[in-house]
Amino acid sequence: MSKDKKTVTTVNPRTASRRKFMKGLAGTAIGATLAGKAMASAGSKKSGFLTINSLEEYLQKNYREMTKEEKAQVLARMEKEYSERYGKDVKVKDTEPIDGVKFTYALDLNRCIGCRRCVYACVDENNQSRENPQVQYIKVLQFENGTMDFEESNRYYNPEQVPEEGKYYMPVQCQHCEKAPCVKACPIKATWTEDDGIVVVDYNWCIGCRYCMAACPYEGRSFNWGDPHLPAEEMNPNTHYLGNRPRMRGVVEKCTFCIQRSREGRYPACVEICPVGARKFGDMNDPTSEVRYIFEHKRVFRIKEDLLTEPKFFYFFG
Amino acid sequence: MANFMEFFVGTVKLVFVGSKRYYAWMAFLIVLAAIGLAAWSQQLSDGLIVTGMRDPVSWGIYIGNFTFLVGVAAAAVLLVIPAYIYKWGPIKEIVLLGELLAVSAICMCLMFVTFDLGHPERFWHLIPGLGIFNFPVSMLSWDVVVLNMYLALNLCVPVYILWKAYHNEHPNYKILWPFIIFSVPAAVSIHTVTAFLYSAFPARAFWNASILAPRFIASAFCSGPSFIIIAFQIIRSTTKIKIKDEAIFKLGEIIAYAMGINLFLLISEVFKEYYSHTVHLAPMEYLFQGLHGHNGLVPLIWTAIALNVSAFIIMIVPKLRKNFKFLNLACVMMFIGVWIEKGPGLIIPGFTPTPLGEVWEYSPTTTEVLISMGIWAIGLIIFTLLLKVAIPIETGEFRKPGLENK
Repeated sequence: MSKDKKTVTTVNPRTASRRKFMKGLAGTAIGATLAGKAMASAGSKKSGFLTINSLEEYLQKNYREMTKEEKAQVLARMEKEYSERYGKDVKVKDTEPIDGVKFTYALDLNRCIGCRRCVYACVDENNQSRENPQVQYIKVLQFENGTMDFEESNRYYNPEQVPEEGKYYMPVQCQHCEKAPCVKACPIKATWTEDDGIVVVDYNWCIGCRYCMAACPYEGRSFNWGDPHLPAEEMNPNTHYLGNRPRMRGVVEKCTFCIQRSREGRYPACVEICPVGARKFGDMNDPTSEVRYIFEHKRVFRIKEDLLTEPKFFYFFG
Repeated sequence: MANFMEFFVGTVKLVFVGSKRYYAWMAFLIVLAAIGLAAWSQQLSDGLIVTGMRDPVSWGIYIGNFTFLVGVAAAAVLLVIPAYIYKWGPIKEIVLLGELLAVSAICMCLMFVTFDLGHPERFWHLIPGLGIFNFPVSMLSWDVVVLNMYLALNLCVPVYILWKAYHNEHPNYKILWPFIIFSVPAAVSIHTVTAFLYSAFPARAFWNASILAPRFIASAFCSGPSFIIIAFQIIRSTTKIKIKDEAIFKLGEIIAYAMGINLFLLISEVFKEYYSHTVHLAPMEYLFQGLHGHNGLVPLIWTAIALNVSAFIIMIVPKLRKNFKFLNLACVMMFIGVWIEKGPGLIIPGFTPTPLGEVWEYSPTTTEVLISMGIWAIGLIIFTLLLKVAIPIETGEFRKPGLENK
């Protein structure tokens, strides 16, 4: 399904002001209430403190401590719950990492045109909240040629056409760091690095303290400030426990390299949708992979490398 | 058990009987607390979206208040050192009141943190054995350990002293002194751990400074004792507790030195960022001057600096410090000044600009402010009630029925 370049409906910092924000908040609150009512039958459910679904769910252990049987029970319970809520045959998988694989991403800055198709493909694939809050894992930064100073970047560019003359575009998402500061930060190990390199979150274990968000140098993480709004007709029923299954309010989420796809040999949605082939993804341990070729033959770099977080996300000018 | 029931009945009488001022004070606090709890129920119902926090600034005044109050809790107990060195006797009273303040402050801290969580009902995930505790890697896990240990310590020591006094007995100092001495490094530890929480991550350049922990301790010594000076005056004018003027003036002197150090550390930070002039200047620029048209914090921080400097001058000049009008004014100014510096003045610039360069301005919503005020009210209720029971025990007015007052 082709998408026209959309505008991002967040506040433009250049024209925002506290009064506007408060007005916007009031308007959003009213809008949210109406939208919430409208979406009530379409999959938005109050998921907070006062609406714990079941004792089982409340007492659920951390994913890594569950036995095979416990996992199977949890997955079955979730499939039933989500299928009822969204009126679709929802699958919640827990596909294991493929042995010996280390997922790596490479992004060609010479090709990216800033169209943001990746942003929206990601939202569709990963069942993110559409509004209140609007969650987008990928942020596309527009830079002037000649600088890579993040403070000079603009993520709210909105011209008639992209790419604009004299600018280049750098999409940023979770970098899946080898030495992830977010994993160090979490007081309850609700987030960790899997064997194939993907940094994941157990949404049912997260208590929503947001320390991981403070620790992340790449703005890789988003928080469900309110109940997620996911229209039933837009819901992707092919989900993974650690990835795109529908989340609840009060938990952190982020890019998972489309764990529901990549562990089955498919590309993440952002890689597939990119119209100019700027995005490359694969297994660094595979000597025949694209990413390995790029790593060995192109001038790759990582952002904020001096922080020694060792991202698995490389950039290059192809 | 019967003993305890008798005690409990006695405390109920103490808590519900008082002067008109006491009733007015408690009624005022209860109203604020009720409003805060009503606001909290709205937050529980709709989620944290009722606050002004969003992804760019994911911590706000809840964590700001938490940080400030950890400082107050730490300083309350650090009084033990000067009380002992300067022989303020009776040290017991001062230590006791300080520890009860620490208990109230820690309760407020725990409430602020809990109300900031996305899923407070999942708190059991933190309990080692039941959940998973990422100790010692996560600095937050250290905070959980030291805060709870500190709360336990500050409950046990006063309860022991008071229980003994209630029975007309002296506490066994051989057991007690090690705990009192231990409470000093414990107090330093809670605030150091909180500072380390912030300074741990290079993602937040404004916080990632070695100076943060020393600054926290210095400003804690300004905020806690300021509150205590005012509290002491109220206590000695409404109860039989005697607190010497010298003790209060000495506290004022200590506060002066602490604020001097705090201001010196502030100047050190400002020099380093402005002179080096790297990208790391941006949060400080946002705070003191505004950035890209956003200057919401500028009036706030300059008010804080004005308050702190004025208070410092009053406290350092002995003639002014020993004048109660000036002293109390300085205490109020300093309490507010440090609150601004350590609350919004610390948290918000940590997130502004964001790691990828966005300047998004946070401001708290009404709900957030009401919840914060409610928690302050509850903390003051706890402190008042603790004093309402502890002081009559200390002065001998409340004793186990049948025992002669010694």
